[in-house]
Amino acid sequence: MGQRHILALFNNFENAEAAIYELRAADIKGFNFDDLTLKSPIEHHEVEDILGQRSAKVHWFTLVGALLGGLLGFFLISGAQANFYAQMKGGKPIVPLPPNFMLAYEMFILGGVCLSVLGFLICAGLPAKRSSLYSAKVSEDQIGVLVKADESAMAKIKGVLLNHEALEIQEEAGK
Amino acid sequence: MEKDIREDIAWAQINKDVLGSLEAPRPLYWVILLAAIAMIGVAVGCEIYQYQVGIGAANMNNPHAWGLYISTFIFWIGMSHSGTLLSAILHLMHADWRKPIYRFAEAMTTFSLMTAGLFVMIHLGRLWQFYYSLPYPDERGLWPNFQSPLLWDAMAIFTYLSSSIIFLYVGMIPDLAICRDSMHPGWRKKLYSLLSLGWEGTDRQWRNFRVTYLMIACFLIPLAVSVHSIVAADFAMSQQPGWHVTSFPPYFVAGALYSGCSGIITLFIILRYVFKFEEYMTLSILKKIVRLTFAIAMVWTYLNAVEFASVWYSHDQPSKDVLIQKASGTYAPFWWGMIFCGSIVPLTLAFKRAQTNIPVLFAVSLLVNLGMWLERWMIVAPTFSHGIYPWTWDHDQWPSFVQWGIVFGSFGWFVLLFMVFCKVFPSVSMYEVKEMVYHRSLHLKKSGAAGRGAH
Repeated sequence: MGQRHILALFNNFENAEAAIYELRAADIKGFNFDDLTLKSPIEHHEVEDILGQRSAKVHWFTLVGALLGGLLGFFLISGAQANFYAQMKGGKPIVPLPPNFMLAYEMFILGGVCLSVLGFLICAGLPAKRSSLYSAKVSEDQIGVLVKADESAMAKIKGVLLNHEALEIQEEAGK
Repeated sequence: MEKDIREDIAWAQINKDVLGSLEAPRPLYWVILLAAIAMIGVAVGCEIYQYQVGIGAANMNNPHAWGLYISTFIFWIGMSHSGTLLSAILHLMHADWRKPIYRFAEAMTTFSLMTAGLFVMIHLGRLWQFYYSLPYPDERGLWPNFQSPLLWDAMAIFTYLSSSIIFLYVGMIPDLAICRDSMHPGWRKKLYSLLSLGWEGTDRQWRNFRVTYLMIACFLIPLAVSVHSIVAADFAMSQQPGWHVTSFPPYFVAGALYSGCSGIITLFIILRYVFKFEEYMTLSILKKIVRLTFAIAMVWTYLNAVEFASVWYSHDQPSKDVLIQKASGTYAPFWWGMIFCGSIVPLTLAFKRAQTNIPVLFAVSLLVNLGMWLERWMIVAPTFSHGIYPWTWDHDQWPSFVQWGIVFGSFGWFVLLFMVFCKVFPSVSMYEVKEMVYHRSLHLKKSGAAGRGAH
């Protein structure tokens, strides 16, 4: 059976949370709770209590970026210094560690920051095309609950959303 | 007690007010913009003259190799620390009063760094040979000296500028989506659609956004400290009297935070009026920044005293001579001006009535930054004119109109970039102000309910 999307707009978080809570509790055939998305104008991490802990893996990108950045910085500079071998160093070390750590530290940070952003884009699914079920009111003051489910489950889902004072419901056939 | 923000502002109203600032600022905006362009014109004229005649036109000659250019470079690097303080440090400390004002402080960071970077090139004189400083294998066999703090400085500033731009941009994505959704078709809508990356405010996006913002904030704090410590190392790692001081890195960092905070006060007052942000940039928030500035002013004063004491009791005669020369020689009026503007003027901020008096605060913030600029000049010039070697003594070179003109124009350049930014991008973070209003109203509801329960 084909799947469809439905977007309900709420006036506040309380109603949206209550609707999500009921959808989670209700055993609706053809609806998987993980296919529910909350869209909001602000970050509302209290919703994680209801949506469940959905992971954010950006920090792994940060770790890898910082380590790679630091190592790259150190070896890039040391490599350049090693090329000086033919030059007179006046008894000084060819690869002086303290200044190289200084530069590696800066690259450590740069790598961490750059890969954090890359991780953010990958994990948040950006850049993305705007979904067809999107309301500009979400960027203003309304809370959206986007649900993907089988066509057969739509009536029940709509009922739950309307029970919790959804201001508006938009529907569209899923891909 | 006055509130940081009203809890009953409608979210739609926040969007309307901030988006309104992009379209219809007060007429003073255009006056500031024109003045900034005129100031840049002066600097461009001076730079063209210096380019054609040579660095001698700036009245720079040995031993004065840096002049006002490097002094002003340090000033602008210092100014950049405001954004990190408000965005990153206060973010980690959950100080939510920063929310309406951190965006413009971040913009200050980015544009101050861009302004600072110009001086590094200008002070070379032969700025077309700037590429010599880049590390790449070439037929000249010349490499930059990786053991020099000047190279660390270049690396640190590049990292800081890149990270600041990234931090500013990432933090702005949800607001860019608001702009995209609210603007009529035209160049603005196209720009915001492109930059908002298709943001829709899903729980997945917000979750990853929160972690990313936190991660970058955590990196920016040590980065900001390292940047100004390294700028301090440009001086402290030399053997020059007056520079070879252990307390220089914390002294520079404190000075940077100090001038950054004063810069925030100045721009807070200007933006509040020009963009009609009275509802968001409240006097209560201003009072908090003022108190923070006062605290940092006292730290800076203390570190100054530490520096003077360590030089005085070190029995290092050349360093002592430089200190005596600063206090009683040619540069004495400027050195005492620095002490007056940096340590005496901020005492005004200790008075409650002054903490919300806008004309007083505007004047104090400008004087403090004048003092901070003098501080940087007083670090650079007196040492050059009274070094260890006798040939450097009594070389009190007065900067020519070329140096003054370029320094003057740099303020215009900064203001131009900043003002254009505030007209194109929201200078108040809409989603964070909504969060602030939401959490405060929630808190009010809870405390109201608790109050009713108690009775």
